[in-house]
Amino acid sequence: MGKQVSSPEGTLAILSDVSIGIARGETVAVMGASGAGKSTLLALLAGLDEPTSGTVCLAGSDLTTLDEDGRAAVRARHVGFVFQSFHLVPSLTALENVMLPLELARRRDARGAALEVLGRVGLAGRVGHYPRQLSGGEQQRVAIARAFVTRPDVLFADEPTGNLDAVTGERIMELLFGLNAETGATLVLVTHDQALAARCGRVIRLDAGRVVGS
Amino acid sequence: MTVASLPFVLRSLLRDLKSGELAVLLLALLVAVASLTAVGFFTDRVGRAVTQQAGEVLAADLRLESARPIDEAYDAEAVGRGLEVARILSMPSVVFHGEDSSLVALRAVGEGYPLRGRLKIADEPFGPARPTDGIPAPGEAWADSRLLARLGVPVGATLAVGAHTLRVTQVLDYRPDQGAGFSDLSATLMINLADVPATELIQPGSRVSRAVLFAGAVADVAAFRDQLKATKQPGERLQAIEDASPQIRASSDRAGRFLSLASLVSVLLSAVAVAMAARRYAARHLDTVALMKCMGASQGFVLRQTVLQLVAVAVLVTFVGTAVGYLAQAGLAWLLRDLIRSDLPPPGVATAGLGFVTSVTILVGFALPPLLQLKRVPPARVLRRNLEPPPLRYAAVYVFAIGAVLALLYWLVRDPRLVTVVAAGIGGTFLALAAAGWLLVKALAPLRRGVGVAWRYGLANIARRGRDSVVQIVAFGLGLMVLLLLALVRDDLLRDWRASLPEDAPNYFMINIRPDEGDAVREFFRERGLPPTDLVPLVRARLTAINDVPVDRIRFEGDRAQGFVEREANLTWARTLRDDNRLVSGTWWTDGDDGSPRVSVEQEYADRLGLKLGDTVTYDVAGEPVTATITSLREVRWDSFQPNFFMVFSPGVLDDVTGTLITSVHVEPGQRPALVDLVRRFPEVTIIDLDALLSQVRDVMDKAALAVQYVFLFTLAAGLMVLLAAVQATRDERRYESAMLRTLGASRRVVFQGVAAEFTALGLLSGLLAAAGATVVGYFLAREVFNLEYSPDPWVWVIGIVGGALLVGVAGVLAARSVVTQPPAATLRQAQ
Repeated sequence: MGKQVSSPEGTLAILSDVSIGIARGETVAVMGASGAGKSTLLALLAGLDEPTSGTVCLAGSDLTTLDEDGRAAVRARHVGFVFQSFHLVPSLTALENVMLPLELARRRDARGAALEVLGRVGLAGRVGHYPRQLSGGEQQRVAIARAFVTRPDVLFADEPTGNLDAVTGERIMELLFGLNAETGATLVLVTHDQALAARCGRVIRLDAGRVVGS
Repeated sequence: MTVASLPFVLRSLLRDLKSGELAVLLLALLVAVASLTAVGFFTDRVGRAVTQQAGEVLAADLRLESARPIDEAYDAEAVGRGLEVARILSMPSVVFHGEDSSLVALRAVGEGYPLRGRLKIADEPFGPARPTDGIPAPGEAWADSRLLARLGVPVGATLAVGAHTLRVTQVLDYRPDQGAGFSDLSATLMINLADVPATELIQPGSRVSRAVLFAGAVADVAAFRDQLKATKQPGERLQAIEDASPQIRASSDRAGRFLSLASLVSVLLSAVAVAMAARRYAARHLDTVALMKCMGASQGFVLRQTVLQLVAVAVLVTFVGTAVGYLAQAGLAWLLRDLIRSDLPPPGVATAGLGFVTSVTILVGFALPPLLQLKRVPPARVLRRNLEPPPLRYAAVYVFAIGAVLALLYWLVRDPRLVTVVAAGIGGTFLALAAAGWLLVKALAPLRRGVGVAWRYGLANIARRGRDSVVQIVAFGLGLMVLLLLALVRDDLLRDWRASLPEDAPNYFMINIRPDEGDAVREFFRERGLPPTDLVPLVRARLTAINDVPVDRIRFEGDRAQGFVEREANLTWARTLRDDNRLVSGTWWTDGDDGSPRVSVEQEYADRLGLKLGDTVTYDVAGEPVTATITSLREVRWDSFQPNFFMVFSPGVLDDVTGTLITSVHVEPGQRPALVDLVRRFPEVTIIDLDALLSQVRDVMDKAALAVQYVFLFTLAAGLMVLLAAVQATRDERRYESAMLRTLGASRRVVFQGVAAEFTALGLLSGLLAAAGATVVGYFLAREVFNLEYSPDPWVWVIGIVGGALLVGVAGVLAARSVVTQPPAATLRQAQ
């Protein structure tokens, strides 16, 4: 598959001839320099964006044949996300943030499930706090709880330790890999961190929009 | 997953409410709903009063009115048909208590009055009223509270009415045929019909209105009405209930419509605030919506969530805003309590519908377009924050907004032509104000060089947020302008007009002078040192035909023209043109013309009735037709307070007709006792105190202006909402700027001063715009409408500018305070 965008300087190829397969339960790191196309690859794999050529299959669905709502439905059933900048809703408490994907899915006992996962990430005592009242590490733990609360088949993580200090980042990764191992989810992790990549089963390297090693 | 669930929507709404995200949007909408429903409730109550009393407005089922005595054969005929009958008579007169006098509407009522509805009386002025089935006994009078208050006398006092003296035994609180709309100027004095001869007020040509009332079974009344229609004399007017109520309804509808349009200004400003708040709300929710889409929310879900939230907001605001409007209408009813002389029934629930329509219309027209953008947020924004939804199509936004305004306007006035006129007027005013506001903002730029850091920062902010600044200046400028116009310019115009009158302008009119007493009256004036006066003949007559076409076959444009035709007209004749009259076309007659029937018509009157030079008019003068050709059109300076007429005939046409004489005279305060003697000697003469009349007119104007001012207070509230929305829209920016400035070493005081400078300058500009606008409108009114030299009032500028600076300065600083006082470290950390 490929992704091109038009810019004032002409057409720009962000990804070219990328062909990869990731098996169920695999843990994969995507690495590359800034501007190599890592985030774009993640967006395409998760159905957040459409490729300009080629196809993307996720959990048995060909995303390229689906419209935006169809892709959203696939994400709802199969996908969880963790982001570099946490992306918590500032007006919601930690508990409400974790409840959000369950509420969107109209799942009963959203509250109970969310409280349980928050307990698992060690935030049982801070469920009523708003994001601004939490440290960076705590915010990312809320985000991880939110990603796992729906028990996704695939977890996409975009530089999850990028905004955290080394010690906190290490704890977060422990948590992420631990939960992943428990649930058996497929993990796709975009990172600059060699050590982190080394913990994954496979590393895909990108350079100027092409896969240069896998 | 893709089906929006109401509980989720409500929970999200509650969270947004709790976090204050929706506060400004809700408040602005609240102001709009409260302002329209306040007026809506009030006019609904007046309307209901009209409807409830429709059956009573005639105090009968059928009413025959005439300026001349009505044949008693009608009474006998009606009684023969099993109908009830009562007679009444009314005329303007003056009553005296010692040397104090007051103009009254004298109503003499006969046994049986009122045939429909009941009188209400009280034991003391403004005291609790009770219904009664009686009428004043001979020798007694029932007086309006206003009359007793004006004369400063209690119940039990004696009043001189013409040549007769009557004792006030009750306060008259209500009579069914007083009209339920806005009352006339004079207070009522009710007496027994049997007392009328003793007053000696009725003379040939007196301004008396007589009526015979009939009531009975529907079929009997209908049959009698048909007969009366066929046999009634010229000048006799027949009124049935179905004829009477639409007229009253129309006048109260007009007043209500005016207040509604006044409140529409607040609605428009509130709508602007709603649009600003919705834009900010949408901008702040881009990330959340992208996240929700990332978690699987469909576009439809986002759309439904947005629409459901708006519906929930509309319902909430309708309830609260309508409750506020209900309380506010009580204030309006209280302000106008003297003008509406009947008990107002409680308003109906239909007005709550107006509240809902208002909030839905504003939300659809102004909040929906920016919120619809949320649906189109790309989910990949969670990875790249620079991804935005496709930009708003401004054409579509304006179509929504203008459509909403027109829909609301139509809902209020229900008249496509008026909608066009008002929409054009509002649009033009907004554009003119916006252009002026933009120029003012531009004019600030050079000032930045010569001021300190705080002011430079403040002025720079105004220029940078140019469009928002203009919107705020217009919002406040408009509210202030209307208040200045109503509070100051109105007074100035009145003062200038008074100053334009000569010192010795007549202040009393005397009417109903018998021609055979003319010389005696002149002699009385000379004896008592009153200035010599012209006694002008007055003949009452009815217009029957124009160019030989009967008037009942001519369609006249407008209520006023119709009124001119239906009422008896006052005619006069003169040899020479008066000083205060000016010919605009045609020629005045010369001595040789005597005898040939010619008439000179006042220009505006001619325009209303469609009369032009060479046309003939025919009048029924005491049963005889008199036809004259129009040979000139005149302009009249009515404020000379001399006896002037729409129709002036040439000499020799009306000379022999029995009429009355009329005059006006300037009476010094010390000469007033002479007036009491005049009335005692010539009891049929009615004296009209112009000063008292003018102060009554002024009283009514003051009250009406107060009511309009009250409605425009909502406009200021709406202006405040625009300011809040603007501050909220720039909150993040301001927080960051303030943190940066403080990190660079600026003290909190300097940052605070900068914010104060910004809003004070905005307020100054609003005040400047308001003062300029009020002066221009005042100048236009003075020159074009009142023909006055307008002397601009410096206070308009002082109060406008200082008031604007204080109001906007204080409100702005209060709104932006929390942003400035936040510690910079927290802000900069959040901004990372």
